[in-house]
Amino acid sequence: MADMVSNAVERLVPTEVNGKPQVPFQGAGKYEPTGRKAAPPIRACHHYGLDKRVGDLRAALEKVGLRDGMTIGMHHHMRNGDMVAVALFDAIASMGIKDIVFAPSAVFPCHEPLIQHLESGVIHHIEGSMNGPIGKYASEGHMRGLGVLRSHGGRYQAIQDGDLHIDVGIIPAPSADRMGNATGAYGPSACGSLGFALADSEYADQVIVVTDHLVEVPCLPWEIQGMNVDVVVEMEKIGDPAKIVSGTTRLTKSPTRLLIAQYVADFIEAAGFLGKPFQAGAGGISLAALSFIADRMRERGLKAPFARGGSTKVLVDMLEEGLIGAILDGQTFDLDGVRSIGQNPRHVPTTPFTSYNYHGKGNWAPYVATAVLGATEVDINFQANVVTHSDGYLLHGIGGWQNTLFGECSILAFPLFRGRIPIVMEQVTTVCAPGELIGAVITERGIAVNPKHRNGPMILDRLKGSDLPLVTIEELYDIGRKMCGAPQPPRTDREHPIAVIKWVDGTLIDTVYKVNY
Amino acid sequence: MPHQASAGREAKADLVVTLHAEGPPENEIRVESSAGRLFGDRIREVADTTLRILGVKNTSVEIRDRAAFDWTIMARVEAAAKRLYPNLEGEALPERVSETRPTLRDRMRRSRLYLPGNNPDLMQNAGLFQPDGVILDLEDSVAPAEKDAARILVRNALRAVDFGDAERMVRINPTPSGLQDLPALIPQHVNMILVPKAESGSDITEAANAINQIATRVGMTDPIWLMPILESAKGIWLAYEIASASEQVAAIAFGAEDFTRDVQAERTVEGRESFVARSMVVLGARAAGVQPIDTVFSDVENEEGLRASTTEAISLGFEGKGCIHPRQIKVIHETFRPADADITYALRVKAAMEEAERTGSGVISLGTKMVDPPVVARALRTLRVAEEMGIDCSALAPKQD
Repeated sequence: MADMVSNAVERLVPTEVNGKPQVPFQGAGKYEPTGRKAAPPIRACHHYGLDKRVGDLRAALEKVGLRDGMTIGMHHHMRNGDMVAVALFDAIASMGIKDIVFAPSAVFPCHEPLIQHLESGVIHHIEGSMNGPIGKYASEGHMRGLGVLRSHGGRYQAIQDGDLHIDVGIIPAPSADRMGNATGAYGPSACGSLGFALADSEYADQVIVVTDHLVEVPCLPWEIQGMNVDVVVEMEKIGDPAKIVSGTTRLTKSPTRLLIAQYVADFIEAAGFLGKPFQAGAGGISLAALSFIADRMRERGLKAPFARGGSTKVLVDMLEEGLIGAILDGQTFDLDGVRSIGQNPRHVPTTPFTSYNYHGKGNWAPYVATAVLGATEVDINFQANVVTHSDGYLLHGIGGWQNTLFGECSILAFPLFRGRIPIVMEQVTTVCAPGELIGAVITERGIAVNPKHRNGPMILDRLKGSDLPLVTIEELYDIGRKMCGAPQPPRTDREHPIAVIKWVDGTLIDTVYKVNY
Repeated sequence: MPHQASAGREAKADLVVTLHAEGPPENEIRVESSAGRLFGDRIREVADTTLRILGVKNTSVEIRDRAAFDWTIMARVEAAAKRLYPNLEGEALPERVSETRPTLRDRMRRSRLYLPGNNPDLMQNAGLFQPDGVILDLEDSVAPAEKDAARILVRNALRAVDFGDAERMVRINPTPSGLQDLPALIPQHVNMILVPKAESGSDITEAANAINQIATRVGMTDPIWLMPILESAKGIWLAYEIASASEQVAAIAFGAEDFTRDVQAERTVEGRESFVARSMVVLGARAAGVQPIDTVFSDVENEEGLRASTTEAISLGFEGKGCIHPRQIKVIHETFRPADADITYALRVKAAMEEAERTGSGVISLGTKMVDPPVVARALRTLRVAEEMGIDCSALAPKQD
């Protein structure tokens, strides 16, 4: 085990992860990067024919020279309908290749079959958000290397900065041509934006586009540019459309969640954020809040210049009604979103580079006023957790969560307890964000504004005289304790880290440990 | 005597407790819970404490829990224990956290939210939706075989759940058997008892006597109001007799579902078949000086229908409407809110009245028009209602001109 050092949020983090030296978290906006960006090798076009296709995945992997120990990158726009990753590792296994580092932008429950490739040694470890079964597998200490969890922006940053070198980038593409130009906007497995594939296409040594819908040259619009692509391979099906996007995103019917959504809308209005740009998502509360916000904007004749999505029917309806000026779309959640991004020039795909990359000359995240987010835990210092549960299990990825905390006011909205498990803790199990970046916590039992957030005092001032149920975070903690009782501490083995959590600048903010149950 | 007994439901925020007689001397408790890694020890401890309070020994206990709160765990363990040992006396009461303030006879009762009495999940957050009242229901929403368990659960909820400012009501089973529900409820500061299928004044005096006997025995001095529910031809016919049967009757309510069946009518969307009955409930209530309360609107999805039905109820003279889903509460409250213009007019009438008092004039007039006493009474009532609803009337004051 590597040496552990304490970081700026007083969490122990290793000085070295999977053989690479690490920088402990130094505080938001404190770490100054140096050096130059990574770059892929120079290639000449005379090595590429007019048709880059090969017969199958195995032929593609042979062509790019996949070897033991290489790192493979992949986007997750196919979400829980992805059929490429499992086929890919089956092919790699059949080639007898071992110790691959898999660095996707996320994994989903459909990727559970990858556990057998972790067991057999084909995959060494996963560097990417680990959801569900694979998170559980890692939590129980079965994975060989340390998991590295990064936000969507953090993955771009790591690849750009050379912290995460991708040998082979795999790009499942709902439509592509033989040159490798690709889009997610249409095709039988249409997924909308392909933004998460940008880093792989720009920085990987070798890039393979995998499609089930070959179109004539040129594939328009070319979100992925053919001149970054080495090989194109066709598969019969790259995804299950029903699981890539939902037909229509349903609004929650839970009265408690609707009440929280109501409070979110009340808060946003009372704090003066209505009609300003906002971050939208597809979570139950955030989506319900959005529909309440749309009603109020309509009543007051307000129009927001743009929304960052997460696009859904609710957001698309707002665009078409003129309540928002544009959708900057990072991932498209339902069929209305896919239709809109394919047709509406004011609904544009974005990437983690434009949206979130912390090591860039700006990004969109701080241009939004509000982002309504979830969390598995928050503590009385407003530090928040999105990856582990209170029992220590690593079950969720970071997604864009860390990246969206930089607007005027980030809002965590959730029921005060799940089952009888309270969400407001004395200390979160895993720190995914420092407290200073959380603007407000909104629950069915009260709204706590963070006085230490840079806009906290201003927001509190604006809320004076409103009839919102304002409380302190300590009061929320006390209510939760009174109703639920004190949970037992998680049984974790502090000598046995299983994963680390990166902050948006590549520094280490916390460590996740093996559970013992 | 049975060898084992169970209580509870396989549902969110609930648990199934199975007790086996002839266990080891110290009770043996096995817990399987969705919250077990964090609360397994606590669940075991709560179950053990409950059995100790009840004096149950030599029992082995199996718990399958889906993140129930302590007061539910206690209720289910007690229910299972009383099923296993029918002669078991005593109650294992959870700590009291909820408010116990008494309510006024003529308080606002626009909305009352029905909560199935054997379903703890819906109870915990009910107060957050700010209905004027919550009804913990022991009657129609509870299966006959679960009446015993629901009674214990409702009793614990009255102690351990914070219903906020809502009036705490319980709908008991029809008299006379429903009177058996009362001993568990009366000591727990219940504000109002709903008596279903009321068909005579004596049904109500019987219930009132039973309540008052228990209250005296346990030293409860807070008032406990009655709301008879009229849901048969006979009940409707005797509306006045029922409404005036006891000083404790604060309201009478109409129940449409059973009524329609009883008179062998077809239920229509616009409710033609119950128009006369509803009016008779209003008449009976007004004659006796109690509040007339309308039935529930059962189509949860139909917000416009609810609004129309509430508007109609108000126009007939009703002061409240039943809810079966929290989302109905806001619609009902909005509909009961007096229009701004009515408040402004009421303020003008009040000012005219005060002016008449000051000048000693016997006649109240607005401009050149005389205002009749019923109009004044109505205006004062509008203002009282507005104040109860927390409306800032000063913003609606008539402009001086």
